[in-house]
Amino acid sequence: MSKMTLKTEGDTHILVTRRFVATPEAVYRAHTDPELIKQWLLGPPGWSMPVCISEAKPGGRIRYEWSNGKGAGFHLTGEYLELDPSSRIVHVERMYLPDPTPDNHVETTFERDGDGTLMTMRMTLPDEQTRATMLATGMEHGMEASYVRLEEMI
Amino acid sequence: MDGLDAQFAALADPTRRAILARLSLGEATVNELADPFEMSQPAISQHLKVLEAAGLIVRRVDGTRRPRRLSTTGIEAMDQWLAMLRTALEKNYDRLDQVLAATHKKKGEKR
Repeated sequence: MSKMTLKTEGDTHILVTRRFVATPEAVYRAHTDPELIKQWLLGPPGWSMPVCISEAKPGGRIRYEWSNGKGAGFHLTGEYLELDPSSRIVHVERMYLPDPTPDNHVETTFERDGDGTLMTMRMTLPDEQTRATMLATGMEHGMEASYVRLEEMI
Repeated sequence: MDGLDAQFAALADPTRRAILARLSLGEATVNELADPFEMSQPAISQHLKVLEAAGLIVRRVDGTRRPRRLSTTGIEAMDQWLAMLRTALEKNYDRLDQVLAATHKKKGEKR
């Protein structure tokens, strides 16, 4: 299995790639079906997604709410723009930390790669400053847990 | 607090990480930093004080200006932070591997 790659591209893009041992249909479904999204898009152990709205159609709403079960939580909203079943998703999203972050425009593609699927996620932020800030503050919950783990290591 | 504790305490605040992110693009004065964050200058100054005490940023004297920039330690701390983001994303995709494997298995059982 190939490892995930995460790199910046130009001034405003972030590119993530990952290979999965499953068909493009299955990986696409895991990205659009709320019952499946809830099972993996979580960050660190102990976090869950009690609310997951994913209306997989152009103009459909996206709303993810995360909770650590101890009173901490945050949410993300977005809209689907384009969907090519099993091959491509285009959507916008913003996090509330608690103020909304600038819109992140995301194109995700799923290509057959041997007996698996290559996923490529290309995020586009409004400007270089927003991208730097998103990388520094994004995935707040994930960072928080990593921060705690690091503290324990010191 | 020793150096590492002070650094992690400084990094634990999202506004301070955002300030470091801005400084990773080049040096900036308090005024320039206060603008995009919609914060008062005293509030930004307070955050800068914490970052400076932790050794993550340094200031330069340029006439009446006092531009701040990331120190070597600050650059390393931001690199480490990005590595943690990568780890959090990787964890999600490792979980997705399991979800996909379980879905696949279920289908097999139906046949």
